[in-house]
Amino acid sequence: MREFMYVITDEMGIHARPAGLLVKTVKGFACTIKMRKKEKTVDCKGIMGVMSLGVKKGEEVTLVFDGSDEDAAYETVSNFIKENL
Amino acid sequence: MKEYKGKRVFGGIAIGKICIYKKEEQQVKRIRIADTNAEILRYRQAKNEAIEQLQDLYQKALKEVGEANAAIFEVHQMMLEDTDYNESIESIVSGQSVNAEYAVALTGDNFSQMFAAMEDEYMKARAADVKDISERVLSILMRTDNPIIDTDEPVIVVADDLAPSQTVQLDKDLILAFVTVQGSLNSHTAILARTMSIPALVQTSFQIDRQIDGKLGIVDGENGVFYVEPDEKTVQEMKRRQKEEHHKKELLLALRGKENVTLDGRRVMLYANIGNIKDLATVIQNDAGGIGLFRSEFIYLEREQFPTEEEQFQIYRQVAETMAGKRVIIRTLDIGADKQCDYFEMEHEENPALGCRAIRICLSRPEIFRTQLRALFRASIFGKIAIMYPMITSIKEIEQIYAIVSQVKAELDEQNIEYGQPEQGIMIETPAAVLISDLLAKKVDFFSIGTNDLTQYTLALDRQNTSLDAFYDPHHPAVLRMISMVVDNAHKAGIWAGICGELGADLSLTKEFLAMGVDELSVSPGSILPIRKIVRETNVEQYKAGN
Repeated sequence: MREFMYVITDEMGIHARPAGLLVKTVKGFACTIKMRKKEKTVDCKGIMGVMSLGVKKGEEVTLVFDGSDEDAAYETVSNFIKENL
Repeated sequence: MKEYKGKRVFGGIAIGKICIYKKEEQQVKRIRIADTNAEILRYRQAKNEAIEQLQDLYQKALKEVGEANAAIFEVHQMMLEDTDYNESIESIVSGQSVNAEYAVALTGDNFSQMFAAMEDEYMKARAADVKDISERVLSILMRTDNPIIDTDEPVIVVADDLAPSQTVQLDKDLILAFVTVQGSLNSHTAILARTMSIPALVQTSFQIDRQIDGKLGIVDGENGVFYVEPDEKTVQEMKRRQKEEHHKKELLLALRGKENVTLDGRRVMLYANIGNIKDLATVIQNDAGGIGLFRSEFIYLEREQFPTEEEQFQIYRQVAETMAGKRVIIRTLDIGADKQCDYFEMEHEENPALGCRAIRICLSRPEIFRTQLRALFRASIFGKIAIMYPMITSIKEIEQIYAIVSQVKAELDEQNIEYGQPEQGIMIETPAAVLISDLLAKKVDFFSIGTNDLTQYTLALDRQNTSLDAFYDPHHPAVLRMISMVVDNAHKAGIWAGICGELGADLSLTKEFLAMGVDELSVSPGSILPIRKIVRETNVEQYKAGN
């Protein structure tokens, strides 16, 4: 299991478009990828869940990767987030 | 006659029958189903069909309104593919042995309530998206084709609100205008309406009354008024204005989407000048190839104090995104002379036109300039932004600007803030800049000639003073020679040169400018198509030979 912590810098937070792009990025991996904000955890493979966190600029999220390809997923997804969010 | 005020989404005038669009409440019944596996399959088929519809809508919107605005339909597809959403529907069907319609309606309600309950206004508005996708699946399941409007003559559609998918599906030939009670100017629907060039009002202050269905109505999109059962005088006045609009529109229809290329194959860029973000709609409507002059000073003039970096960033980003990859040339603060702003606390000047204005303010008060540059560089990652510096007279000024730019970039690097690499160009609006344009051209990415100031400084003639009109000659050979010289020097250095002053829109000079080799004309949005017409009818070589 690997974890990635990140503070969102995008002005709009994780709004519909980036949430969609994130889901697209995540979908290619076999491992489970969850996103946690405070006490709430959602599956990153669903856009509704990701949007329902309502993550705004300056808020911290933690992504948890768990499964056979977690290293590759960590690499790709954390890069995506750093670049886009 | 009754009049109602609304917010204008898009100008133009529509006169016609009112058609009230009341969303068909899809009557969903809860029915017991024995074979739940077959029911789940039926749901999946309907969902796939809905996704196909959304793909088509995406393609349609992509062509009509650009990637950024079309993205909503891609998001809708993802929502339909969402695991939680699908699991909820399928588990209701199998767990309760009920029909797919019921499961979709229930799930749609639950998820949209979840969004409606969120604190963030943006997320709250997403409840409408969830409803929209659920209704799409429902109408496939129920095979109600659900015509949006039931009419065979063009009408003014009056609705409480319209979902984006409904707007894009409107048969444009049957819609004169639309008026909604809700909806915001930035809703997807409003953006689509603008790009579809349908007169439209949102947030109109009235209650929908079935009584007005079929009655005569007028939408004055210019002034944001909706008339119900107008009197004869109003009808006549509106018809007259409509005729004028129609004339303009004809030109527009014929030339939209055409290239700006002369008979002998010379291309020219036709861009728009805008002084406010509200003008973006007309920019797209008139098919501008980009924005050649975005007068950023409106951001300062509209406020009581200095706009923050964040406020500016949001505006630049919105422009860049709306133009979706087309060039957006943003001129840095051009204040002073005829444009004054109290909170700048400028000292009184005897001769403000020759005083502390534009780049001179920026270089003498770099803290103001830095804020704007930071916002511009940051926004550059969202589109093709170019920065243009006004009132340049020397190489030294450019070096000073670049020194500040380097500082700004270093700051951003240090703070780990992303930024793009915008093109940087200058306005040529002083005789000094013209005379050293060969040297300036080596330092910048482009020139844009500001003919208003260039004329006033060349002819030593105050353009604010109307009593001097008799001495004013906008076609003065001195000015035309200067333009020609600037263009030549730009080309020698391998950069492009355009015109963004009023002269650029002077149709009697378009051919002359083409002959000089001007690469770009940036004009008010309404002038783009008339110029395109001339460009397409001109043979530059023949014109030169005839002179």
